[in-house]
Amino acid sequence: VAFGTPGSRSQARGPSPGFRFSLYAILSFVVMFLDQRHGWMEQARFALQAAAYPIQLAVSSPTNAWGWMQESFETRDALRAENERLKKQDRLLAIRSMRYEALARENGELRGLRDALPPVAEKWLAAEIVNIEINSLRQRVLINRGTTQGVFKAQALLDDKGVIGQITHVGPWSAEAILITDPEHAIPVEIERTGLRTIAVGAGDAQSLALPYLPGNADVKAGDLLLTSGLGGVFPAGYPVARITEVHRDAVQPLAQVRATPFADVDTDREVVLVWFRADHPAAPTSLTTGDLKTGNPKLQPQPAPPPRPKPANPDGSAQAPTTLTTPAGTDSRNSTTPSGTVNVPAAAPSKTGTPGAAATPDSKEPAPGENTRAAAPKKPSPDATPRNP
Amino acid sequence: MSSGEPRLRMLFSALLALVLTVLPLPSYLDIARPPFLVLVVLYWSMAAPRAGGVGLGWFSGLILDVFQGPVLGEHALALAAAAYIFCREHQKIRSKPEFQQSLIVLAALAFYEGFLFFMDAYSGHPLTSPFRWIHILTGAILWTPVAIILGYRERRS
Repeated sequence: VAFGTPGSRSQARGPSPGFRFSLYAILSFVVMFLDQRHGWMEQARFALQAAAYPIQLAVSSPTNAWGWMQESFETRDALRAENERLKKQDRLLAIRSMRYEALARENGELRGLRDALPPVAEKWLAAEIVNIEINSLRQRVLINRGTTQGVFKAQALLDDKGVIGQITHVGPWSAEAILITDPEHAIPVEIERTGLRTIAVGAGDAQSLALPYLPGNADVKAGDLLLTSGLGGVFPAGYPVARITEVHRDAVQPLAQVRATPFADVDTDREVVLVWFRADHPAAPTSLTTGDLKTGNPKLQPQPAPPPRPKPANPDGSAQAPTTLTTPAGTDSRNSTTPSGTVNVPAAAPSKTGTPGAAATPDSKEPAPGENTRAAAPKKPSPDATPRNP
Repeated sequence: MSSGEPRLRMLFSALLALVLTVLPLPSYLDIARPPFLVLVVLYWSMAAPRAGGVGLGWFSGLILDVFQGPVLGEHALALAAAAYIFCREHQKIRSKPEFQQSLIVLAALAFYEGFLFFMDAYSGHPLTSPFRWIHILTGAILWTPVAIILGYRERRS
């Protein structure tokens, strides 16, 4: 038995399917080209995402309703146990953060800043993952916040344990996010133990990240902590990303095969947090759009070349060795890049000793190193120039 | 049968198929989820090539792009092409028995997915997981039930 309508309809209505198909094919190519090359389709995508959101909400409503029902019929004992657990956790966090203010101020003073820096995160917004399948093989999720709440493209997405992803498309009430475990996602990280910077890419499943660009002799071992390095312009420095689970070195391979497990509960999360960062904070992501990297700070001028070291007059340099060590050019290569930095090392020394009067004296040269550190940090992220905020 | 009625049923079935496409499922089931919307578009291209056909395929594909495509227009083109083939050959396909229709659908789905695979790679969003080919099979298997459900009223009348 054949399926379909018995009896053919009148065939002479409208243009032929071939002609229509050609038109649609051309239209598709134009749309694809504009979307891919120029990003001109952002507006259309915005409108389509707005139109699709009701369907997505409707589809996710049965599972949401089921979850809500389960929650509302939860027993009193379960609720009490959870309450107990949360109270314990709250106490633990309060104890842990008790010294935070003092430590932050101390850190600021040690860095020669007048005040402790404010936290790098300026604003937080909780968002819920709309329970919907975007694509099973790509790790994407839909969240229920959009431009009306100020969400923007390439915004960082965290959960309570670590970095989870970033926003790829924004609609008025919803946004699509790519998770760090997506094979197309790469996140610049830093190994906490050694400060070695590399890139972690998604491995395609919810459980692991791969670090494909580490040479075979890199100092990395299982259990190392991966933090965001602050490069790349999306994530600020110092947020936990993953822990290395597996390092495989092969003598014939130039690169090590390294796997890591993300801290964030990528596959089970229901709630995530959108974060807005202070753009002028040293730990903030280096912005690639403003062109800061090209212009730089005019105060930071290249140092004139250090005077050449006195060459040993005689080949037996055993007596010459102490004099070459004490030449001022070789004392501190890092501070010599900022002219005022070397001048201010003795001036800032009293504040490091901890006397409160010395730190508060209006020293005319005191702000200079602070400004320089602040300006230099995003451009030259040496391990001690980027403060890590907990 | 009035000419407006299949159009209404077409839209309704396409919407239902879309809902089934984005319905959250556990991941092991999700890999094998049949491409419901593609099956519905293929059915209407075969059963009523004038009412639906290429246009229905293109717009359905565009919606799929919004939901799950890396580039806008990719699913639209693939689905319009598959619908065009079914529109052109609708009389031949209609006259075949169910099993052969399933095989034709299998070929059409393979063409559809292969085209997407090519476009993914070309646009710089490659997805080389072997799991992406599984739903071709489940789709071909599901063709007979889908066709029976969609053609139910017409065969009775």
